[in-house]
Amino acid sequence: MRYSGFSVIREALRGNKGWKPVWRDPEPQSEYDIIIVGGGGHGLATAYYLAKEFGEKKIAVLEKGWLGSGNIGRNTTIVRSNYMLEGNEPFYEFSMKLWENLEQDFNYNAMMSQRGILNLCHTDGQRDAFRRRGNAMLLMGADAELLTNEQIREMCPFLNFDDARFPIKGGLLQRRAGTARHDGVAWGYARGADMRGVDLVQNCDVTGFVIENGVCKGVETSRGTINAKKVGVAVAGSSGRVMEKAGMRLPIESHVLQAFVSEGLKPTIPGVITFGAGHFYVSQSDKGGLVFGGDIDGYNTYAQRGNLPVIEDVCEGGIALMPMIGRAKLLRSWGGIMDMSMDGSPFIDKTHIEGLYLNAGWCYGGFKATPASGYCFAHLLSKDEPHKVATAYRLDRFKTGHIIDEKGVGAQPNLH
Amino acid sequence: MIINHPLLGPRDAQEFTYLGDASMIHRPHWQAEDAIDQFHDYTYLRDNPAGSHRELWFHEQGDRSWLVVTRNTLTHEIEKVELASDVAKAEGRSR
Repeated sequence: MRYSGFSVIREALRGNKGWKPVWRDPEPQSEYDIIIVGGGGHGLATAYYLAKEFGEKKIAVLEKGWLGSGNIGRNTTIVRSNYMLEGNEPFYEFSMKLWENLEQDFNYNAMMSQRGILNLCHTDGQRDAFRRRGNAMLLMGADAELLTNEQIREMCPFLNFDDARFPIKGGLLQRRAGTARHDGVAWGYARGADMRGVDLVQNCDVTGFVIENGVCKGVETSRGTINAKKVGVAVAGSSGRVMEKAGMRLPIESHVLQAFVSEGLKPTIPGVITFGAGHFYVSQSDKGGLVFGGDIDGYNTYAQRGNLPVIEDVCEGGIALMPMIGRAKLLRSWGGIMDMSMDGSPFIDKTHIEGLYLNAGWCYGGFKATPASGYCFAHLLSKDEPHKVATAYRLDRFKTGHIIDEKGVGAQPNLH
Repeated sequence: MIINHPLLGPRDAQEFTYLGDASMIHRPHWQAEDAIDQFHDYTYLRDNPAGSHRELWFHEQGDRSWLVVTRNTLTHEIEKVELASDVAKAEGRSR
């Protein structure tokens, strides 16, 4: 069923009795052309683009739990393309362009809202760095504006401009950035893939890979062996655990990132705002809650929960930036597991095992990358060569020296 | 998390900074035949296990000793804490 304004009105008049389940719940077949392991945002987007853009048939997505049960449902929903390095920015700008047309493309309401992201700077040096990043963004086709304090005061009069330690000195604004409804993105891709014949198999745990003479021939699952010509793994957060079954060690550590929601408040925060002197980012959801986050906890973990010191640190950052939220109540906090890579950048690459492909290492920036990650992974799976904006995301880049270290902190995953 | 320091007793994990997998104690020999490959694996590749994990913590706001903490990455339970120097010496290093 195609969604439209007309279908919403028609169903409203009929008591909403005509809505059908949006995707099937198929039994896995014994063989596919392409299997995607992981039914999260990236896996579903990959299946969607494989079917829609690359004309692939006989595709399955295997998901251990339910669709969208990983980080696509646990993030702070920010969409942006404000990166600096050549390996990254064209990719994220490609993603931004896909976001801008996503709802029309998959005919589903993802509540994409281009409300802008404002990165605040607090020293002259940081402003110089932002100017450089802004220029890099412009050179690679994105939008960026360097704002003065007067311009920021007009947008956000509530900020703590004259803080003794961290006065605001300006900001880098990307107007096309914004937020999207995270679950809606997963559901839209799932529906679009299902409509094109992709089997979305839930409650199907991949327990191993069928590898013969260095060629991957399929996967072992909790619902039997499934053969495939190609297997793509998109399980960020659990990449280490899954690829271990293929005998691979990855340049990745798993860490927990916490996120928070306050009680619902009247509309105050116009877009996404980030604090440059600590680590704090905030936006306001359409329900009114402040959605915010900060640093990862900093130690290896697969537990989807963090510890209290980080909660305190994040809230301190928030109150330093906007003292007015000091009396808002924190409603919920949760944690998601991140693939923290050794240079803070992801991987979309073949592995040394023929027929086995990897999409991993998204650190805590995977949500904004969802469309481009799916598109580029589909490109790689279908054509066996990387998409032109994803050529830098190679697994061997540490060996060849082509690291993409946006933050410049070296091989220390908990600092990225 | 509370880390039971072998010398100082139970200390809040906030006093420590985290480095990562304790395999970093085993720095490859720079003159090895395949030193480049060994250093690549040493610097960049990790086991990243779900379960028991041996890892290096630095008591930065305490006695500035390095500890090898064995911690469960699924539950955050700390199973064992040793001085990194003891671990290194037990494995034949001079310090």
